[in-house]
Amino acid sequence: MSVRAIDSPTSSALSGRLGLERTLTLVARLREVGIVMVLLAVVAIVTIQAPLFFSVSNFEQILLNVSLIAIVAVGQTTVVLTRNVDLSVGSVVGLVAFATGDLLKEHSLGVAGAIAVGCLLGVGLGAFNGLLVAVAKVPAIVATLGTLYVYRGLDFLIAGGKQVSAIDLPRDYLGIASSTVLGVPTLIIAAALIALAAAYLLRNSGAGRQLYAIGSNPAAAEVVGIPTQRLIFGAFVVCGLCAGIAGVLWGSRFGSVNALAASGLELQVIAAVVVGGVNIFGGSGTVVGAVLGAVLLATIENALRILHLSEFWLLAIDGAIILLAVGTDAAIRGYFQRILVRTGRR
Amino acid sequence: MRWRRSSQFAMAGMAILAVVACGGSSGGGGASPATLNIAFLPKAVNNPYFDVAASGGQEAASALNGQFKQVGPSEATGAAQIPFIQTLTQQNVSAIVVSADDPDAIAPALKQAMAKGIKVVGYDSSPAKDARNVFINQADSKGIGVVQVQMVCDEIPGCAGEIAVLSATSTATNQNAWIQAMKDELASNSKYSGLKLVKVAYGNDDPQVSTTEAQALLTSYPNLKGIISPTTVGISAAAQVLEQTGKAGKVQLTGLGTPNLMRKYVKDGTCKEFALWNVKDLGYLAYYTAALLVQGKIKGNPGEKFTAGRLGDYTIDPNGVVLLGPPFVFKADNIDQLNF
Amino acid sequence: MIPRTLPLVRRWESLLVVLLVAFIVLGSSLSPFFLSGSNFSDLTSNLMEKAIMALPLALIIIAGEIDLSVESMLGLSSALLGFTYALGWPLWLDIPLVLIVGATGGLLNGLLVTRAGLPSLVVTLGTLALYRGLASVVLGPRSVSGWPEWFTNFGFNDVPGTLIPWPALVFAVLALAFLFVLHRTWIGRQIYAIGKNKEAARYAGIDVARMKTALFILSGVLSALAGVILTARFSSARADNGQGFVLDVVTSVLLGGVNIFGGEGTIVGVVLAIFVIGVLRNGLTLADVSPDTQSVAVGALLILSVAGPTLVRRISAARPRRQLTKPVSNS
Repeated sequence: MSVRAIDSPTSSALSGRLGLERTLTLVARLREVGIVMVLLAVVAIVTIQAPLFFSVSNFEQILLNVSLIAIVAVGQTTVVLTRNVDLSVGSVVGLVAFATGDLLKEHSLGVAGAIAVGCLLGVGLGAFNGLLVAVAKVPAIVATLGTLYVYRGLDFLIAGGKQVSAIDLPRDYLGIASSTVLGVPTLIIAAALIALAAAYLLRNSGAGRQLYAIGSNPAAAEVVGIPTQRLIFGAFVVCGLCAGIAGVLWGSRFGSVNALAASGLELQVIAAVVVGGVNIFGGSGTVVGAVLGAVLLATIENALRILHLSEFWLLAIDGAIILLAVGTDAAIRGYFQRILVRTGRR
Repeated sequence: MRWRRSSQFAMAGMAILAVVACGGSSGGGGASPATLNIAFLPKAVNNPYFDVAASGGQEAASALNGQFKQVGPSEATGAAQIPFIQTLTQQNVSAIVVSADDPDAIAPALKQAMAKGIKVVGYDSSPAKDARNVFINQADSKGIGVVQVQMVCDEIPGCAGEIAVLSATSTATNQNAWIQAMKDELASNSKYSGLKLVKVAYGNDDPQVSTTEAQALLTSYPNLKGIISPTTVGISAAAQVLEQTGKAGKVQLTGLGTPNLMRKYVKDGTCKEFALWNVKDLGYLAYYTAALLVQGKIKGNPGEKFTAGRLGDYTIDPNGVVLLGPPFVFKADNIDQLNF
Repeated sequence: MIPRTLPLVRRWESLLVVLLVAFIVLGSSLSPFFLSGSNFSDLTSNLMEKAIMALPLALIIIAGEIDLSVESMLGLSSALLGFTYALGWPLWLDIPLVLIVGATGGLLNGLLVTRAGLPSLVVTLGTLALYRGLASVVLGPRSVSGWPEWFTNFGFNDVPGTLIPWPALVFAVLALAFLFVLHRTWIGRQIYAIGKNKEAARYAGIDVARMKTALFILSGVLSALAGVILTARFSSARADNGQGFVLDVVTSVLLGGVNIFGGEGTIVGVVLAIFVIGVLRNGLTLADVSPDTQSVAVGALLILSVAGPTLVRRISAARPRRQLTKPVSNS
């Protein structure tokens, strides 16, 4: 957990020496291709065993299940890239989900209005995290562990033991999760759009590249003049917004919302992010990778059910995959570092 | 410097606590010399089924001039119920009325309460037999299981095909008893020879888990003809999933649910019929029985008879169980009659 | 290094004592049932499994790592205990077996962190899932009960004639042992050194890999022990035992003054923090505040405990600077 002196090539992200930067991009792309290959392998193996796995409706089911997690994973990636983590996402999703449902149930704010309030709430909660980490300099793990507790507690306070049931919610709202655009479920489209937008911004905007720089070497980033405080704050706001969007869609997807909604989601999201190749120490990884990681984990879960394997193996397999993914990443990184050292490019 | 910081934090700490305590406490645990201070401890608090039972308990409390409160965990696990039992014991309540998530996990804590003179009445889902004075069963366990099999057979054309069960938590005493009764009935009654139970899934009485499990059932068993969900959270989640995936009508749904939650689904045919009992009466009877125990009017012994207010006469059976009555089947033509 | 941090640390511990007293006062004002021996006995017995897990976790965090898998090892050991017991194996065989499995799990964590060089946050996240998953595979949705009376007595009851729960006795012994080792032996000094600067420690001749691996093994064994105690207390072995514990355990350690980045912290602080949180929760519970709502207070406490000193330091650092510039501009 201590700051590592020896790290991934730090100067590259800042000075943009072409050889190094292209290498890193190549590694990132390779990593994504790697996940896709594993995904295809899983699909192939399972389809041979159980042909009904390979159907549009089944794939749709998988993507629907993953859409909400994918949205949150996008936000989490943004934070993790800066060498931080947001453990409170589950509580944010839950709090926003219940608040939105409650607004729709009690106060007839209108679907659009309730959604807007929900997203704003997510932004606010993320901003508070950002304040703690960027301004009060509380280590992200501690800050977001604290807010995980606080936000969930607030959720229970406003819920007061009650729940919002499907019959309390307006048809339009419930319909969001089951509606489709040109045959593709709205939720999947929403998740895809958010992921693509984030991927584009992270890669092509100045702020995006600066986030990578901060994660690679925070001290150097400060020295070079990158506004780290502001950017880290922004990353947490983005994460809160993503969690807020997922929270708003939660009630539509599951019908009933109680104060326990989305408990434990943070671990699922971090698992997806890690499997997706995002370095937990920041500085490398892509949003697309994180989303692919989430898809892979959801596919495996679906595969287990289709194969009628005991779902009790699911958690163990997830754990093994996380270890495998991180191990592979470390091995790849080590390999490239050795090459770079040998060619004197550091 | 050291002084200032320490006192700053002490102030901050107490300020937070003041806020939380004011926001959360509901009358505190004042020592109550009142004879009837009875607490309900359901499997979990954010469950509409138990809220209805609580209203029945409240009614009985008013009728008897006693006190009523309901506390409970947000997650339906035995481990989570233990601290509540201990707290109620500390607060010296007269009786604890509890629906057990795990009959054995809470037994030691309940026994400690009983040793202190607190009466323990089980309702809905029984704790271990030696950890309670009386158990109020909503209906005969076998009967509840049988009626659900009956309903799913009525709903499925030809009464043949694969069926699955979407239950609550895996250790819940009541659901497990009903599921066993279902299995026995399926095996022994030739009328159901065409039905095949392929899976028992656990939704943990959590809407999200129940939804995911219901979807998983539909995906992994494409020939599924019916789902039985003997829990109100499960059946509403399953109904929602059937509608969202467009399988309503192709896969039949039945089980135990509350009329208010299921009304829409009964009327549009997603769930043609389901059963329950008068949940409010269950709470009423549970409170009444606990009150009679506290007042010493009954001892909880098998064979004892008593009158429970507006519900009439009851007898305690050889196992220390009191039956509320037979299950009630809800269909489109009678679903508007009850409001809970 | 260590002598300089000591006064800082003593300040923290005295703060914790103040908090503890404040919460006791608050608890007794919220409910008349709070200040009773049996209540303290209850609240202590509810804490002991988490407390036992917090001890090795403190050492691990001081050494610069983290172990999130403790609650899953607890669950796995509970499941294994139930599984073997249900097979008919006697407890005197099952319990040591379960502890050995705990050690093995810790060894896996340690090897992945030290030999494969993987970040402990992610490794233990993976084993958090893996061990819990294995627990599910071993025991499925079942629960095992029917334990011998001496076992459940040990888990649930007090030492006869006192109000001290048996597990508390175990914890007390362990805490004293940890106190001694961390603050009085070379082992403790090495742990602090590793946490402060891993590379410098290695150059000083400390076998960092071996020490860290040993700490992870210790964490595994004690988590398994906590699993045995929890099973005894609940008279029920289940795969999901201990689910959700890790947050409370980590919070206790951090609140206890252990620096998340390593190198600082004391056992006394951790023990105090465990009870601060326990007393706070208990007082609120007796006042009928639900445990979930209590989380607001616990979370806020955690945040303030870290944010507070930082903010105070920045404010007090800002002031002298202003005074400094004034006279300079005049001359």
